[in-house]
Amino acid sequence: MTLQHYLVISAILFTLGVFAVLTRRNAISILMGIELILNSCNLNFAAFSRFMTPAEDINGQIIAIFGIVLAAAEAAVFLAIILAIYREFGTIQPDQTDTLKG
Amino acid sequence: MEFAGIKSLIFYAFALLTVASAVLVVTVRNIVHAAFSLMITLFGVAGLYVFLQADFLAATQVIVYVGGILVLILFGVMMTSGRLQMRIQIERGQLILGGLVALLILLLLFGVISNTPHWEGIKDDGSTLEPTTRTIGEMIMQGEFLLPFEVVSILLLVALIGAALISRKEVRDEE
Repeated sequence: MTLQHYLVISAILFTLGVFAVLTRRNAISILMGIELILNSCNLNFAAFSRFMTPAEDINGQIIAIFGIVLAAAEAAVFLAIILAIYREFGTIQPDQTDTLKG
Repeated sequence: MEFAGIKSLIFYAFALLTVASAVLVVTVRNIVHAAFSLMITLFGVAGLYVFLQADFLAATQVIVYVGGILVLILFGVMMTSGRLQMRIQIERGQLILGGLVALLILLLLFGVISNTPHWEGIKDDGSTLEPTTRTIGEMIMQGEFLLPFEVVSILLLVALIGAALISRKEVRDEE
């Protein structure tokens, strides 16, 4: 296994996440896309930490752990906003909540 | 030699599992099926972390993502999707345009990965690390990551209070 194996997997995950964010018409599916993007990012941190630095240097792994924590906080706030939007509009399709549109 | 063969076989199995289930996450129409595909993806990424000798990171991935975020997502599905909204709607024009943008990004990333000579052919040196939990704990609690750790804990508190405040039912003042 080389570094590039991990980078390719991570690139595919990132692209799929972007694709989900761009095409899905449901806020929760968009959240899933964002989670895929964050996962690919964390995988990159861990892979670079393993291959590009001395073996006992694991700073990249700690950064990835902080990334997981941030993802958890983001998901909680995201779902709270979705619940509030659902209560207000009765839908969670992002293109139907356009009250501010001029 | 035999062991290395089995190891790379397992690696490719995990890689395939991760990518295939991620494809399912973005293509399946039923949102509950997408959520369960996401669970398989997260487990696959945890397996890849194990191959990177990141044991604590793999455990954290399973606990926080599969045990926390995925349950949260399923709760969100349960509370916002009636029986009719379970299927995800997709517009054709958006599908084509989004697919084009995603394809361009993928080509860009692959170009960068294959054309950076600095990254080429860096092999796994096969060394086995000590369990990383102790090192991570020391670096976070008494090393250079103490300040980020405190900042993150405050951020989590803020997110907790904010989420509770946003999602509660509105209480009107009676004056």
